[in-house]
Amino acid sequence: MARFAVSVNRKELSTESPPDRPLLDVLREDFGLTGTKYGCGEGQCRACTVLIDDQPRASCLTPVSSVDGRSVTTVEGLASGDELTGVQQAFIDVDAAQCGYCTAGMIIEATALLKRNPTPSGSEILDAMNPHLCRCCGYRNILASVELAARTSEASDA
Amino acid sequence: MPERFREDLFEPDRKELAESPAYCFDLDRREWIAVVSAGLLVTAAGKVVFSPGIAAAEIPPSTRLHLGEDGSIIVLTGKVEVGQGSRTEILQAAAEELRVAPGALRVMLADTAVTPDDGSTAGSRTTPSTVPVVRRACAAAREMLVRTAAEAWNLDASQLRVESGGVVHAGKRFAYADLARSKRLTSTDDESTPRVVPLTEIDDWTVLGRALLKTKARAIVTGAHRYPSDIVRPDMLYAAVLRPPSYGAQLESVDLTPGKELGVVAIRDGGFVGCAAKTSYEAHNAVEAIGKTAKWRTAPHPSSGGLGAYLKGRAQTSGTGRRGPRRRERGGVDSALAAAKTLKASYEIPYVQHAPMEPRAAVAEWDEARLTVWTGTQRPFGVRQQLMEAFRLTAEQTRVIVPDTGSGFGGKHTGEVAIEAARLAKAAGKPVSLRWTRAEEFAWAYFRPAAVFEARAGLSGEKIVAWDFTAYNPGTAGIETPYAVPNVRTQYFPCDAPLREGSYRGIGATGNNFAREVFMDELADAAGLDPVEFRLANSNDERLSKVLQAAADRFGWSPAQSPGQNRGTGIAAGFEKGSYIAICAQVRVVGESVEVERLVSAFECGAILNPRNLQTQVEGCVIQGLGAALSEEIRFAGGKLLNGSFSQYPVPRFRGVPSMETVLLDRPDIESAGAGETPIIAVAPALANAAFAATGHRMRSLPLRLRAV
Repeated sequence: MARFAVSVNRKELSTESPPDRPLLDVLREDFGLTGTKYGCGEGQCRACTVLIDDQPRASCLTPVSSVDGRSVTTVEGLASGDELTGVQQAFIDVDAAQCGYCTAGMIIEATALLKRNPTPSGSEILDAMNPHLCRCCGYRNILASVELAARTSEASDA
Repeated sequence: MPERFREDLFEPDRKELAESPAYCFDLDRREWIAVVSAGLLVTAAGKVVFSPGIAAAEIPPSTRLHLGEDGSIIVLTGKVEVGQGSRTEILQAAAEELRVAPGALRVMLADTAVTPDDGSTAGSRTTPSTVPVVRRACAAAREMLVRTAAEAWNLDASQLRVESGGVVHAGKRFAYADLARSKRLTSTDDESTPRVVPLTEIDDWTVLGRALLKTKARAIVTGAHRYPSDIVRPDMLYAAVLRPPSYGAQLESVDLTPGKELGVVAIRDGGFVGCAAKTSYEAHNAVEAIGKTAKWRTAPHPSSGGLGAYLKGRAQTSGTGRRGPRRRERGGVDSALAAAKTLKASYEIPYVQHAPMEPRAAVAEWDEARLTVWTGTQRPFGVRQQLMEAFRLTAEQTRVIVPDTGSGFGGKHTGEVAIEAARLAKAAGKPVSLRWTRAEEFAWAYFRPAAVFEARAGLSGEKIVAWDFTAYNPGTAGIETPYAVPNVRTQYFPCDAPLREGSYRGIGATGNNFAREVFMDELADAAGLDPVEFRLANSNDERLSKVLQAAADRFGWSPAQSPGQNRGTGIAAGFEKGSYIAICAQVRVVGESVEVERLVSAFECGAILNPRNLQTQVEGCVIQGLGAALSEEIRFAGGKLLNGSFSQYPVPRFRGVPSMETVLLDRPDIESAGAGETPIIAVAPALANAAFAATGHRMRSLPLRLRAV
């Protein structure tokens, strides 16, 4: 057991934990942030994706010790108060969530993509999103949401 | 009047899982949450009851609608939301009949202490069964609003109309809250008399038939919605369960000490061993440590190689009732076959797993002898019954709440995880959360049945004159041909199956329609006819013909087309659970693999209730079907699953989605049927038929592969 300090959604949090415990469990069980989902535990579905220092990572494969002193963003940390991000709003406007269990991971991935590449091509969106599974198979609506978010942010920047 | 939904065409599939509780425990033999304010309750039959203030347990079980004195309006159903859009559809149905804005309503789903028992959320039944019930109750409430206002204002009710949730006349307004507060029923009201009020005509719909967005979308995109695995209760522990090393293995002995030494709650009850701890990490470590001490008595178990022969050799040819074989015959099949040009073929499908994104999960909490379980299931009342049996509780002591859940696809009809969580919570004396791992979900949930099919038919010119279809183990859904054949024999044999089997999207219809529609293609070829022409020539169901024609037209189907370069086009159609599907596909065969280049689906389920959700359901169902057609196949040997993970069991991903179009045919003249299942049944045969056009080789088993000839 050791103490780990993590900045989660811009708040300084800490927990006493075995070093190899998955970040996913720490977020959900210690910090009460259940927006990040377990899907497979082997990095194959990416439902558990969070941003670690702005990079999308599978939190199920990330030992808590590796994020000590670093910053983590979960789906709960995207909106500013009641104001949703463009990606979140696009998922609503397209009605992209069916059961919605994969949505948090999808939104985090799309957020990271649009930050590093605000005008992605269709194939760049596909490359970024492909590791994520949606068993409802709402893939076309999810891609449409990411495209809409990219267009919207481009329009508002212009 | 729209054409009625054909109840007679719906027969529950014989492979719908019906099991006793997963465990039989050696057990020794408050107040509920108030959920609604004072007001008026309207039951399914339109009966009305005033209620002073309301504990959930006091609500009559058939209550459909609560009109609060505070203006709140709550619609209640026992259906669950697993991503198929039931919550939004119920909301639209209620808003339409009450004449209120959808935002003014709340839909409460699946809480056995509060909502009516609407059975399983399965068989595409929410649309044809629950929507009309909700509409009738809401129409009755609307009618009462008008009559009460008319009496209060001394006017003729026929002069008054409800708009935006109230009756307005000469500057006065009488809303549902006023009705709830009025504390009187009009003289013609009699609580014992059911009301029959006409439903809103489709031409007058303003909320139904529109693309209403999901009401929970905001909670989903912000991470605020709590799925069953996200429920947190005070002092809650996290749990893990010891699983057998192989199918059929029985626990002989186990030592809990290594777990207890880790400071966790560890119990054994019969064959059940589980741990509960402050974190799931500790619980899993404790189970692993305990597992090392376990002695198991294993049992022989077959392998997935040679599964078809295994099943056929274990067909149950005798027995009656829902679990037994089934045989239907009309006309004289044998004599018709003897006089015709005949063809026969056999087909096979493997086991597949639903693999819902959220594995089974439950949070259980005891309050003395009362049990509350939050869990993801499609059968809330069925799971309550299982809990009652497992813990010897009454219905009043047992409450199951189903938060909107992370998908199901027919795979969450059972209550194992609820029982396991409740057993551990009982031992711990604290609430317990249990979420199955993905490996557990693959191995210990149930499967879409594997099956074998034998088809024989007689042709006379372009007509099928005899049809003889035998299915081993798929289930009975979709087993009858929708084509016009004078002499038909259909036989179904359940088999002594090696794996646990149950529902799935379309269940039996997936295999039955795969075999039938590939065989239809073989017959078209034998008759020397184009596959579309052949199907149309043998259909006298105009709805079936229309989806076939719509798919072919949008696809640009041409009888003589030959895309070349190992490319081919194919079509398949189907009817199931009141709706029709036809799919045209273009594929390319590369090595052993079938790659899908283009899909056009035409779907018709009567009057469209929400076009956006319908489009999403059809598309998602078709893409999910690509997995079962092209890559999904459960393999097992020696009692162990060989590919129980997403890395070994490939399901459709973004890159696997082909160019696709969906044509939705709206039939306002026909009552709406459900849509979440039927589209899947035409996917695999359309691809198999296209692969035949590409290569000249018939692929008669799934997943589709060009096998060495």
